[in-house]
Amino acid sequence: MSALRQSSPLAVTGKYLALAFYVGFALFPLYWLAKIAVTPDKLIFTEGTALIPSRFTFENFRTVLLATDFLAYFRNSLIVSLGTAAITTCIAAAAGYAFSRFDFRGKRLVVAVMLITQMFPLLMIIAPIYKIVAAVGLLNSLTSLIIVYTAFNIPFATFLMQSFFDGIPKDLEEAGMIDGCTRFQALRKIILPLTLPGLGATLGFIFTAAWSELLFALMLINSNDTMTFPVGLLTFVSKFSVDWGQMMAAGVLALVPSCLFFLFIQRYLVQGLTSGAVKG
Amino acid sequence: MTAIETTAPGTSRARPSFYLKYMVEPYLYLSPAIVLIALVMLVPLAIGISYAFQSVNLLRPFQTGWVGFENFQTLWSDRKFWLALTNTFWWTLGSIFFQFFLGLGLALLLNTQFHGKRLVQALVFLPWAVPTFLSALTWAWLFNPTIGPLPHWLAAVGILSEPFNILGDPNLAMWGPVTANVWFGIPFFAITLLAALQSIPGELYEAAEIDGATVWQSFTKITLPFLAPMIAITVMLRTIWIANFADLIFVMTGGGPANSTQILSTYIFTTAFRKLDFGYASAIAVALLGLLLLYAVILLVLRRKLVKI
Repeated sequence: MSALRQSSPLAVTGKYLALAFYVGFALFPLYWLAKIAVTPDKLIFTEGTALIPSRFTFENFRTVLLATDFLAYFRNSLIVSLGTAAITTCIAAAAGYAFSRFDFRGKRLVVAVMLITQMFPLLMIIAPIYKIVAAVGLLNSLTSLIIVYTAFNIPFATFLMQSFFDGIPKDLEEAGMIDGCTRFQALRKIILPLTLPGLGATLGFIFTAAWSELLFALMLINSNDTMTFPVGLLTFVSKFSVDWGQMMAAGVLALVPSCLFFLFIQRYLVQGLTSGAVKG
Repeated sequence: MTAIETTAPGTSRARPSFYLKYMVEPYLYLSPAIVLIALVMLVPLAIGISYAFQSVNLLRPFQTGWVGFENFQTLWSDRKFWLALTNTFWWTLGSIFFQFFLGLGLALLLNTQFHGKRLVQALVFLPWAVPTFLSALTWAWLFNPTIGPLPHWLAAVGILSEPFNILGDPNLAMWGPVTANVWFGIPFFAITLLAALQSIPGELYEAAEIDGATVWQSFTKITLPFLAPMIAITVMLRTIWIANFADLIFVMTGGGPANSTQILSTYIFTTAFRKLDFGYASAIAVALLGLLLLYAVILLVLRRKLVKI
């Protein structure tokens, strides 16, 4: 709105100061995480609170990767998050397509139920889920986590996919269907190629969500072999609470996949957060 | 001469097979989603509510069975529950207040022109992508006087008498998770409000400026009214979401010290996870669900009273 107005130098300076404040606030904790991770152990207590360490080391990363189980946790988390993201995206694409293209009896009810699942305290079902998972013998398995996370993320992913499908004109597939495609063929050959970016964005959103889930993983996993990264890191923190450098090196590692996917879905953030609206 | 086909109102004119296909086909696409949601969320939800009226404790496997409202009677006289309820209120209010105003400020800034906008936008939205357990750990470390700078800075400006860890002080501990939550939540508000801001037609501002309106006037007379619906819906949904949000507090303080940061959702989790008392945890969860429903109903009624559209 200031495009037209002649801004005074004072206002411009103020604006850039405010922006600098926001950028600083956003980056500072992450900078600190990386800083402690590269500070040599010996220096942590003497200059732990200094802004820049006098010497750098990658020793902590080496220890974390080679001498601890974090590589295994990382792999487990990767399996869970990628599995969840892939399955959720497929199921949500189908459901989102139904919401976008059909007007059918019971639609309002299904939408309402999906919205409600986003609002009740998820912790409410943590005990029943534990009991059910234990009863079918899936405790300590990554499969149970994938199934549970998939169900949790379907409603949000469905609304997101619906918003992508809504952006594609109906005429396209109708033309295809007049030319003799079945609806499914039209969906596969015309609509899916157009919505590939949407599928990618959904995949990214669900991956980030699954990557950071902690409480259900804590409840359902307690064997070291199947721990996901959050559970492993938390266990490590409570066991070795003075190995600051290693803890933070592990933290930096946990950050890497999220940041990669963030770069990837950045363009779709607005669509994602406004169509989901309830998702953190 | 052909007779014009007529059908009674309410029945379909289409051929039955076609009609059936049209009604059934969407459910083919929806069925995997519906089945999973029903099995993993709705059935456990029903079981969870039923647990609230049972004694289900994994540490005492032989004392199970229906107990009526016993769990709720215990809850009523549980000092920790009322403390957690008060804490939930302050946690939610504090978080939403700062998230909203800082997020609105950021959205207004990002809606103007400046150099390096794309980069700035990517950087300020980054906290949203940081996994919550990692945000929690990072902020807990920042508040630790051994390796974090915050206690020293707070002491230097005179807020703290000496650099100690505020997460260990019952009077101040709640500020730790709230800070982390604000850091994590600003991008959400900024993004949603920015989307709403960008949908306001620019001509309105030009017209206002030609008519001699000040910046403040065009903000309160154009921007705010346009944003109001978006603000209402995001604040309402976000409040519910934050009240349910246990990860940050659980990782940073575990509800301590002396339950000073225990909110209802962390209380549910620790009761289920540490004490394995599923019956009592479910009773707290039902209470939380009831409170959130009450909140939603009040808001909807208020909205209907206040907004005359």
